[in-house]
Formats: sequence, structure tokens, C-alpha cells
Amino acid sequence: MTIPALRVENLQVEYTVGKRQLRAVSGVSFEIGAGETLGLVGESGSGKSTTGLALLRLIDPAGGRIYLLDTDVTTLKRRDLRNLRKRMQIVFQDPYSSLNPSMTIGQLLEEPLIIHTDHPTSERRAQVASALQSVGLTPAHAARYPHEFSGGQRQRVAIARAMMVRPELVVLDEPVSALDVSTQSQILNLLRQIQKDSGTAFLFVAHDLAVIRLMSRNVAVMYLGEIVEQGPAARIYDQPAHPYTAALISAVPVPDPARAHMVGEIILRGDLPSPLDPPSGCRFRTRCPFAMPICTEQVPPPTNIAGGGVTACHLHQHGPRLDGQPLGDFLRLGVAP
Amino acid sequence: MSVTTASFIDPAAAPLPPPSSFWSRFRRNPVAMTSLLILIAITLTAIFAPEIAPHNPMRSSLRAVLKSPNAMYWLGTDDLGRDVASRLIFASRLSLIASIQALSIALIIGLPLGLISGYAGGWTDIVITRINDAIMSFPALILAVVIVGLMGPSLTNAMTAIGIVYAPRIMRVVRGSTLSVREEVYIMAARATGCSDTRIIVHHVLPNIVGPLLVQSTVLLGHALLAEAGLSFLGLGAQPPQASWGAMLGQAFPYMAQSPVPTIAAGMIISVTVLCFNLLGDGLRDSVGRVRRAGE
Repeated sequence: MTIPALRVENLQVEYTVGKRQLRAVSGVSFEIGAGETLGLVGESGSGKSTTGLALLRLIDPAGGRIYLLDTDVTTLKRRDLRNLRKRMQIVFQDPYSSLNPSMTIGQLLEEPLIIHTDHPTSERRAQVASALQSVGLTPAHAARYPHEFSGGQRQRVAIARAMMVRPELVVLDEPVSALDVSTQSQILNLLRQIQKDSGTAFLFVAHDLAVIRLMSRNVAVMYLGEIVEQGPAARIYDQPAHPYTAALISAVPVPDPARAHMVGEIILRGDLPSPLDPPSGCRFRTRCPFAMPICTEQVPPPTNIAGGGVTACHLHQHGPRLDGQPLGDFLRLGVAP
Repeated sequence: MSVTTASFIDPAAAPLPPPSSFWSRFRRNPVAMTSLLILIAITLTAIFAPEIAPHNPMRSSLRAVLKSPNAMYWLGTDDLGRDVASRLIFASRLSLIASIQALSIALIIGLPLGLISGYAGGWTDIVITRINDAIMSFPALILAVVIVGLMGPSLTNAMTAIGIVYAPRIMRVVRGSTLSVREEVYIMAARATGCSDTRIIVHHVLPNIVGPLLVQSTVLLGHALLAEAGLSFLGLGAQPPQASWGAMLGQAFPYMAQSPVPTIAAGMIISVTVLCFNLLGDGLRDSVGRVRRAGE
């Protein structure tokens, strides 16, 4: 068995809000295989971006373990973090604010090489030029400043910057959600090409399910700091096993009316509860159309799902006792537990 | 409010005017432009003083003491029979250099402290800021007088004192700008890239606070010039036979009844220069405004 590129075990991240502890990520575990993409999806406030930042220790985790191959990221000392940065990179959501406006594109791309390599200037310049070409820009762009570029072009620069030191893993924190739809597909294709060429593993954080499906082999669905369901993308999209996943998928507009109601629709009401005061038992129960008394009392245990993956929902042991079967029939028949 | 501004055009798709650059905004500000031109003229005068001055500023003629302005002596002569116009021209060198000296010292002290305070935060910030506030609560000129009293009167000591007194003002502007820049995503991106704190401060924070720093520095140059004039007027700055504008003002003042022109001329040139520095500072402040991203 090969070691996954990234393994996260029971990750916890807390923020201090006033005098209280806000648990933004509580007990998240997942793995990403080398050269694979895990899509991390959820509403805003679900803790998906925080998870991405914690992986790079841009926010220090409050608990849990993160392994990059066999390196335990969580115990690295501050001065050892620099070496981690060479192996793990991030692309931020907003290319308008993630590039220093006072540096040229060339300087921005050269910086990772200055920090992590001892290549001479001429060698660095050559690498910058080839990096620009590999993201569809030209070497002449190196002398320009970020404000001279469009959003899509800037995101290309940000991707090139992340890939400069050939990292093993890149966290893509909503890399296309700030872009026009036409630009989005170009950037997504670019990312797929880069992954094919470099074998870099991606953690793709997004709220757009269509984008996640296009990009990911596996998908993890986050709700209020927890992963409620994860598994192979195809199974999750066609046969969700958690009501929250089903609700997210039924919220995606389907271009084919014949397919539109294949899985029953679940309309979510209300807002995400405050993570300062999460609901007892199952965190999703306040918005779940199938909530049962037991959901208030017990945290749902993880259940293996037929077709791959895991979910945490009481419907599998109680009520209709789905017992690892996807929600499909249950939703279609509209059986109330 | 008009409702016609409502539009169905997607703001992201609508063409945006090209972002106006710093210089194009500054150029359209007549007051600031005039101030800049006057200051350039004064600087050129200082640089080419030997070529411009009609007389030797040090040569006294006892036959021409306290003369009124005439064709030979444009602004008359002082109590030792030296040409006032020539002396003012040469004095511009000392006054400008002294101001720059004071500003340099203020920058050397205030800039690193402001960067560290704003970037590090926490206790470092609290300690530096409190000391800063304590220094700022003293009246600047009085504090400078005390420092000069301790170090002895000379122009260099006076300007060192002014520099120390003004350092907190630089520090405060730098700290404030650093605080806001520190929260930018590109600073987190720099950390993610693996930049050290020093590298982040020098390469990522400093270039992005140049605007406010430039504004504050320009205004402080004016203040330093005024402080130099004040200290020299009191005899705590430039020492005879050196001539600075303030020293000349102090020297001409007792003879104001016999010959008012030198006093007025020295006072005028100080006022105009300080005013130009202040107006230039205001103009820069209006033009510097950070170039916001499209659509914001």
C-alpha cells in the first residue's frame, strides 16, 4: 500500500472570539493520494477554507495530526516550516488581493526560487520564463505589474507562483469563484493539465459542486466544521447518502429537465447555526427534513456506504435504517421516517 | 438620489476606466504642482548658489552697513554690511540640508520602529506605542530646546534633536499603514511562499506603505525647516558666521527699525517654503490614495 500524499487525522482548529473559543474545524479526517484531487465542498462558514489554511500551518491547528507523506506537519517548529512551504503551496480565492501590487510578475514568480533554491539569477529568470509559458502567459509579462492583468491572468500568475518549487500538494482555496464563468473553465483546464504534468496532489476547496465534480476524484462534504460525507465523486453526486449532500446537489441547477427530479429535492431552510454554539448530537439536525429524536441526543457514527465512502447520519441505523444504502429510493418515494 | 444610475449591466463585464495613475492625478492639482515647482526652484537656487549670488555672502563692507535695497544690493545689507540677497541664497543650502538631516534621523528611528510595532503586534507594539505617545505629548520645540541644551548649541545638534522629536510622527504613520497592509492576502501569500518575517517586512510591507510615508515626510520637511528657523532664531541652531534663514531672521530682527527689509525677506522665504511643503504634502495625500482593484 502506498502512503497518501496527505493524511489528515481528527484536525481541529479554533478561533478565539472575544473570550470564547469558536471551533471552526472539529475533527476532520481525510486522505489525498499522490497526484489526486480531493474536492472539499460546503457552505460559507463550514470551515473548508480554514481547513486548507491549517494544512499549511497558516493557522495553527488546535489538535489532530497532518502528515505530508511521512512528515508530521503539526509538530514542525517555526523554523522548519520553511521546508514545508517548499512541499506544500496554496492558491487563494481572490487573485486581486493575493498578489503584491508593488512587485512585478517576474519578482513574484522568482521569490519562491530565491527562498528555496540556490539557483543563480540567470537560471531563476529562465525558470520564471518557462513557468509563465506553462500557464499560458508569455515571458514578456514578467516585467508587468499585477494591476495590468485581468482576473484570469492574475490567477494564472498565482498558480505559476504556487507551482514554482514543484510542491507535492497544492491547496486551491476557491481558485475560480472570483472569476467570470468563461475564465473559470480555462483555469480549471489549466489546473488539470498542470496536475497531469506534475503529479501534484490538489486539495480543491470550493462551494461550487459542478466545479468540484469536474476536478475531483474524491469529494468531502463539510458542514459546520465536520465532514458529513466523503467518498468517490461519482457515487456522491449520483447517490448521496447524507441529507445535506442531497440538499447541496438538488440546489445545483440541472440543464436536463428529464433528469431534474431524479433524486428528490431537499430544500434547506434557515442559516448555518453559529459555530460558537453548535447543535447537540448531529450538527445538521436543525435544518434536516428527516431529523429524528435520536439526532438531538447522539452524534451519528460513521457508516460505510455501498459504492464507496463514509457518511455520518442516523438514517442508516435508525428510522428507515438505510444501512449504508444511498438516500436515492428513500428520497424518491418520499418516505417519512 | 437619482434612480438612473441603476443598471442591468453586470458590473464585472462593464468596461472600466483605466485606473488613473498617481502622477496623472497629481498633475491636475494646480496648488500642489505650483508648490512643487517653487520647491524645485528653491532647491536649484541652493545647489547653484555660487553662480546665482551677486556678492560674496561672507564679505562685509563697513561702508555699506544696513543699506536699503538698491540696484547693487537687491535686498539691502545687514549690520555688518553683507549682501542680504546673497546670504539668503546661500542660507537656503543650510536650511534645506538641516531639514533633510532632521527628516533622515526621524526616518532612521521612526521607520523601523513603526514597521516592527505594526507587524509584530502584541506586547512589542504596546511598549513601542506607549513610549511613542509619551514623547509625542511633549511640545516638540521645547523638547528640542532641552536636547540642544544638553548637547550644546550647533546646527547638527539642533537637527538631531528635531529628528528625535519627529521620529514618533513617522513611527505612528508607518505603524498605522503597516497594520492595514499586514492583513492583506498577499502578506499571507508571502508567508505561504516561505518568506521570513524580515523578507515580508522589507519586500512586501515597505513598498506598500511608501505613499503615506511620502506624504508624512514631505509635511515633516516643512515642520523641520520651521523648527530649524525657530532654534536658529533663538541662537540654538546655526552659529555665526553660518547663515541659515532662521539665523538671518534672528540676526536682522534687532535692526528692524532701521532696516526692515532683511527681516521681512528672511521671514517671507521661510513662510513660503514651509507653506509649499505643507501644500505639496496635501496634494500628495490626495493623489496617493491606493489604487483600488477594478470594480471596488
